[in-house]
Amino acid sequence: MKILVCMKQVPQKDAPLKLNETGTWIREDVSYEVNEPDAYALEEALRQREKHKGEVVVITSGPARAQQVLREALAKGADRAIHLEDDKFVGFDALNTAKSIAAAIKDDRFDLIFTGLQSDDYGYAQTGVILAELLGWPHATIIMQIEKTESGIRVKRELEAGYFQFVDMPTPAVLTIQSGINKLRYATLIGIKQAKNKPLRKVSLAEVQAAMGANLQKIEKLYIPHKTKKTERIDGSPGEIAKKLVDKMRNELRVI
Amino acid sequence: MPDSILVVVEQRGGKLNRVSWETITAGQAIASATGWTLEAAVVGAAALAGEVAAKKVAKVYAVESPKLEPYTPDAFAAGLKQFVGAKQPKLVLMPHTYQVRDFIPKLATAMGRSVISDCIGFQHDGGKLVFTRQMFQGKFAADVSFTGDAPWFATFQNGAFRGDQAEAGASAAPVETVQVDIADGVVRNRPQEVFKEAKQAVDLTQAEIIVAVGRGIKEQKNVEIAQQLADALGADLAASRPICDSGWLPMDRQIGSSGQTVAPKLYLALGISGAIQHLVGMKGSRSIIAVNKDAEAPIFEIADYAVVGNLFDIVPPLIEEVKKAKAG
Repeated sequence: MKILVCMKQVPQKDAPLKLNETGTWIREDVSYEVNEPDAYALEEALRQREKHKGEVVVITSGPARAQQVLREALAKGADRAIHLEDDKFVGFDALNTAKSIAAAIKDDRFDLIFTGLQSDDYGYAQTGVILAELLGWPHATIIMQIEKTESGIRVKRELEAGYFQFVDMPTPAVLTIQSGINKLRYATLIGIKQAKNKPLRKVSLAEVQAAMGANLQKIEKLYIPHKTKKTERIDGSPGEIAKKLVDKMRNELRVI
Repeated sequence: MPDSILVVVEQRGGKLNRVSWETITAGQAIASATGWTLEAAVVGAAALAGEVAAKKVAKVYAVESPKLEPYTPDAFAAGLKQFVGAKQPKLVLMPHTYQVRDFIPKLATAMGRSVISDCIGFQHDGGKLVFTRQMFQGKFAADVSFTGDAPWFATFQNGAFRGDQAEAGASAAPVETVQVDIADGVVRNRPQEVFKEAKQAVDLTQAEIIVAVGRGIKEQKNVEIAQQLADALGADLAASRPICDSGWLPMDRQIGSSGQTVAPKLYLALGISGAIQHLVGMKGSRSIIAVNKDAEAPIFEIADYAVVGNLFDIVPPLIEEVKKAKAG
């Protein structure tokens, strides 16, 4: 099985974020990490390869800093990596991002493409599904289990409110992976050493631009959300805070 | 033809998803701001068209094909592409459900268009329509506009509008059935029956008080102090997704879009930052107390009482105070 995993570098969960001068994006001088569902997508690809042999290829689009995500994936066991490298990739909408990925892999023949179900920065939850449509492949979203069958794969989709559904589908296919589908592994020392010698192909924006178009949507303004609720801050020592909270619970919320 | 807005309501197995009324409310609000006509469509469940036609909409379409049941992204995208392509509405609105997320990017891409997904509001200033959505896990909001041609596609987050505010019409709107032709071979996925896992035993929707833990609890062994607080309060213990993913609490205690949606009298959030997927499951709570060491955490945006501090300092004395209050 030959599997492509689309991975994204996003600001660290608890990194303090600041707006840029034009108020259209964040200041880029923050710490980054791999988008969490993408880490699960990679882990699932590695597990599938362990069961069925084959190859795991990882791809990201983003500035030079995003290479870190690929290096970590190679250290965990991915076979090779593709980096769509340009600062401009941060500002493309989901359709253009998917177009650039499709163009970068046009000479590869994958059986499966995995993405995380959504990113922690934009949170659009679209790129994987768009990619499937661009490639003419079937897709399934929010996947919690993947099994190979005689005619393709059987996947377990997570639905809302604790419901699930099995879906049989042919390959090649695109799957968007839910966090928690598996247990993540750590990179080993040997893996980190080996990663240095694994192939990492850089693809410039110029190489894929012909396949892309103008963004079809635009962030006019990024800002700190307007508060809609009046929040009362409870201060003091831990003991004082505990007393105040219990007082609120008893006299205002009437739950004690 | 005047510009129109098309709300595609959601049904599963012939039952209308209640979140559809919120999208109708959103459509009515945008129609009133822009002067555009509001229409609605039911896909693959004509029997529900009458229910939708009771609302203040100009028309309801029942989009029909034997291939639309059971739901598949291939059939829904193909059927709606035909229908939307023929109607050419200016704007297509849907709720941001798991089902819509599964097909709307495919539908828009097939039409060479794009989706602004998971919106929480809109503005219409000087003839320009912009949609508000959360970014960076709710730490920021963004106003996003379409720069390409219509039809424009947008989805609204669960709870962004009030479903009970969907205006009823003076008389029932006309219903028109539209047959779409979905060729053999278009539908590639074969979905099996929807099921609930047997272990999903805990019903948190009826809980009066919920103590919920997030990443801030740090280690599995620390879940115990949250349990002690829950016991003292007579509350149910719940968690955000990462805690259940790690196996520290069972999946049936998860609150959020993939877990349960709750509205207790008190929701006490310990070490929960407040990612959107969590907030949609609990923001309807009557009151919210949040304890988090990060003063910027999005959970404080919706909290009634905010405690900026370390939960490991606050929770032990809180357990004692609750016990004292209960004893007294």
